[in-house]
Amino acid sequence: MRTRTWFSILAGLGLGASIGIGGFAFVYARGHSYLQNDPSACANCHVMQGHFDGWLAGSHRSVAGCNDCHTPPGAVSKYVVKAENGFWHSLKFTTGDFHEPIRIRSKNREVTEVACRGCHQDVVDSIDGRHAGVEPTSCVGCHDQVGHLR
Amino acid sequence: MGTGEPGMKKRPRTTLAIAVVVIAAGAAAGTSALLVNIFERKAEARTPFFRVVELDEKTVDPAEWGKNFPLQYDSYLRTTDMVRTRFGGSEAMPRTPTEADPRSIVARSKVEDDRRLSRMWAGYAFSVDYRQKRGHAYMLEDQELTRRVTEFQQPGTCLHCHASIVDAYREAGGGDMWAGFEKINQLPYHEARGLVEHPIACLDCHDPKTMQLRVTRPGFLEGIRALKASEGVPDYDPNTMATRQEMRSYVCGQCHVEYYFKGPEKRIVYPWAKGLKIEDILDYYEEEGFTDFVHAETGAKVLKAQHPEFEMWNQGIHARSGVSCTDCHMPYQRVGAMKITDHHVRSPMLNVNRSCQTCHKWSEDELKARVETIQERTVELRGLALDALMDLIDDLKAAKAAGRPDPALEEARALQRRAQMMIDFVESENSAGFHAPQESARILAQAIDSVRKAQRALGKTDAPVVADD
Repeated sequence: MRTRTWFSILAGLGLGASIGIGGFAFVYARGHSYLQNDPSACANCHVMQGHFDGWLAGSHRSVAGCNDCHTPPGAVSKYVVKAENGFWHSLKFTTGDFHEPIRIRSKNREVTEVACRGCHQDVVDSIDGRHAGVEPTSCVGCHDQVGHLR
Repeated sequence: MGTGEPGMKKRPRTTLAIAVVVIAAGAAAGTSALLVNIFERKAEARTPFFRVVELDEKTVDPAEWGKNFPLQYDSYLRTTDMVRTRFGGSEAMPRTPTEADPRSIVARSKVEDDRRLSRMWAGYAFSVDYRQKRGHAYMLEDQELTRRVTEFQQPGTCLHCHASIVDAYREAGGGDMWAGFEKINQLPYHEARGLVEHPIACLDCHDPKTMQLRVTRPGFLEGIRALKASEGVPDYDPNTMATRQEMRSYVCGQCHVEYYFKGPEKRIVYPWAKGLKIEDILDYYEEEGFTDFVHAETGAKVLKAQHPEFEMWNQGIHARSGVSCTDCHMPYQRVGAMKITDHHVRSPMLNVNRSCQTCHKWSEDELKARVETIQERTVELRGLALDALMDLIDDLKAAKAAGRPDPALEEARALQRRAQMMIDFVESENSAGFHAPQESARILAQAIDSVRKAQRALGKTDAPVVADD
C-alpha cells in the first residue's frame, strides 16, 4: 500500500509538472492560435514573416488566408495536414536545420493546387488535360506570385 | 507460481516508478528547453540589437560598430575570404614578400594571364600591374602596394574609394567635407594615405544615429546630381530623395563606377552628365577633351575604363526589375528570429540559394549554369574584340613605321580610342557580362565595328602606305 501511494504521488507529480510546464509553453507559444484561422498566427515563429508580408501585398489577401490555400478541405484532413506541418515546422525552426529560401514540399504543393481549383474550377476546367496519363497543369507554376507577392 | 513472492512484486513497481520519473523529468526538461528557445526567439524578434556603445560621425573603426551589431560585423569581417568563381574572384596566390611589397598572398595577375590586356594599356600603369579583385577587406592594402601606386605618382584622390575617408575629409576641411575633399585630392598619395586608417567601414554607408543607408562619397553625390539633371530632375540629393531600394544600389554605386580625375585639381568625376551608357560616357569624354594616356605603340589618345558595375547593372534586366546590388551581393540571411543583411559582400555565385533562389525557383546547379552560359559567351566575344584590337594596333604601328603622316592616322586613332574604351568597359566590369548580357554583347560588337572602320580608314590593312605617297 505504501509503495503504491508513493508511486501514485510520483506519477501525479510527474504528470502534473508535465501538464503544467507543457500547458504554459503551449499558451506562451500561442499554441491555441494554430487551431484557428488567423493568418498572422503563421508568422508567430518569425520564419514565415516574409511570406506573411508577401501575402499582405499579394492579390489573394482579401479572398484567401493561409489555410484556404495550404490546408485541404474537410475538418479532419485539415487538422491532419496542420498537425504534420506544425510538427516539422517546430522541429526545423527549433534546430535551425532547413533549406533557405524555404521550399514547399510536393505534398503541400498538391494541397495548394487542389485549393486553386476549389475556387477557379470553372475557369481551369478547359485548361486541365482530360486525356488519360496527362499530368494536370500546375496553377502556381505560372501564377507563382498570387499568394505571396515577391 | 512466483506471484506470491513480495520481492518480485516490488521490483517492477520500483522500476516503473523510476521510469516515470525519468520520462517526466525528460519531458519537463525538453519542454523547458523549448520554452527557453521560444523565449529567446521572441526576444530576438523584439530587440534586434543592443546599443552598448554610442556611435557618431567620428566612429570610423568598424570594431566599435561591431559591439552594437556583432552579427553584421562578423559577416563584414569575412570579406577577407579568397574564393574564385569560374570567371572572377580571387584565389590566394602565394608570393615572395619583398621590401616594397610585404604581401605573401596576392590575387592572380590579369595582365600576365592575358598579354593582350597589357598591350591594350601600353604606356599606362595598368600594363605593369593589374590583378583580380580581392574582398573589401583588402582594398586599402592592395591599393597601397600595387606597382601602379608604388612606381607611379598618384594623387590622394585614389583614397576616395579605397579607404573610409569621410572623417578625414571633414578633418582636413576644418569641418567642411567638400573643402577637405578638394584638399586631399591634391595631396600626393602617400601623404594622403597617412590620414586614413581603415578600408570601407560602417559609416561609409550608414548614418551612425539611425543606421539608415546613406551616400557619403562626394564623387557619387556630384555624379548622380549631374545624371538626374540630364533626366530633368534638378538638385538631386540621394540622401533625401532616393527610395530605400534605390539606396541599396547607390551605396555600392559610390565606388563601383567609371570615373576620371579632372584637371590639375585631380577632382574625381563620374562621367554621367549625358547618361550612363557607354556612348553617353564617350560623348562626355569627347566634349571634355579628356584622355587617360597616349598609347605607346600607336600614339592614340585613349581612355581607360575603371569598374563600371553600377553603369552596366543599370542597363540590365535586374535593374529594370528593381533588384538592387544588395539583393544579390548582400542578401538577407536568417539568424535565429532575425532577418539581417549579409555583410559578407561577395559573388552571388558563392551564395546561390540566398542570392538567386529567393526569386528564381530553379536548382542551384541550373542557376549557376545559366549565369556561366552568359559569362562564357561574353568572354568569347571579348576575346574576339581583343584580337581585333591587337590587329588594329599592328596596322596602326605599321602605318606609323611606314612614315604615314599623323593626320592620315587620326581617324584610325580616334576609332582605336573608341574601340578600346568599349572593350575595357566590358573587361573591367566585374561580372563578365552578367550584369547586362545583351548590353555587354552590344558594346563588344560596337568595338569590333570601330576596329573595322579604323582599318578601313587606314586603307588596306596589309598595304597601309600606298595612299599617301
